Amino acid sequence: MAKAKLKEHRINREWCKGCGICVAFCPKEVLELDEQDKAVAVRIEDCIACRMCELRCPDLAIEVVVEKQESAT
Amino acid sequence: MAVNDYIRERFFPHLWCAGCGHGIVLNGLIRAVEKLGMSRNEIVMVSGIGCSSRISGYMDFHTLHTIHGRALAFATGVKLSKPELNVIVPMGDGDALSIGGNHFIHAARRNIAITAIVMNNRIYGMTGGQYSPLTGPGMLATTAPYSNIDQSFDIVEMAKAAGATFVARTTTYHVHQMADIIRSAILHEGFSVVEVMSQCPTYFGRKNKQGGAVEMMKRMKEITTPIGSKKKVENPDLIERGIFVELDKPEYCSEYNQIIERAMGGY
Repeated sequence: MAKAKLKEHRINREWCKGCGICVAFCPKEVLELDEQDKAVAVRIEDCIACRMCELRCPDLAIEVVVEKQESAT
Repeated sequence: MAVNDYIRERFFPHLWCAGCGHGIVLNGLIRAVEKLGMSRNEIVMVSGIGCSSRISGYMDFHTLHTIHGRALAFATGVKLSKPELNVIVPMGDGDALSIGGNHFIHAARRNIAITAIVMNNRIYGMTGGQYSPLTGPGMLATTAPYSNIDQSFDIVEMAKAAGATFVARTTTYHVHQMADIIRSAILHEGFSVVEVMSQCPTYFGRKNKQGGAVEMMKRMKEITTPIGSKKKVENPDLIERGIFVELDKPEYCSEYNQIIERAMGGY
């Protein structure tokens, strides 16, 4: 299977409660909390689209959107 | 379907505290149902009372929010009348094993095809942090300010002893495992119990100086190990996670249908 290519982190600021779970467990330290304690993706280029932030978010506030990949032949 | 197709968006953001493990269980449950490709119409979620039980309000399935500890009794009624539906019962540790302790063991004994998800945060969060039957000795709670002296239940051992035919344990840290286990539990033809070790940073974490949600989740990684791992031999205190029991035994609704057929035989 081809590697997923990241398009964007869709973060719902209304739903994010700033618990910091996504920030702490991101293997590439892509995310941070801003001055309002909301998650933001600050090092997008490092993201490997593992989606651990999305799967561990208790508030369903983050979605890792990847570009559609053609499966490797 | 996308995640948002399974939830009632109008009730979000949900009422759970920042970092509450129950939100992660909600997340894992959605992934499990998504993987199964089940329609929302095929699922009935029945819950009782407590922080955990609020999950039924957030999921866009057929849902019943019933009374404390009695979710499994209501669920039994639903399942017997419509056995073709998948019935999921999310419960808290207090709801499942204290107030609903008898319903829990008897549902397990009957082996009725219901999926019970016990979201174990070891505390009564909604009412202010009273100790539950899962708090454990030595822990602090609002009602145990000098430490708790009650021994705790082991959900897995209890479910096994009561006759549940699918018994598993996972944590909110191990989200891939959680989704996989919930998926297998829903597919299982019989009573399935899934204990999900969850964190209550507001009451359990703060009272017991375990830090916030992140520290509590790191702890869950440290204190658990896959079933049968080498680490368990070296450190017997580790809590095992994975599927403990997966048995094929007569399911209650199927047995009941046979009785109906037999009883109607003469007519």
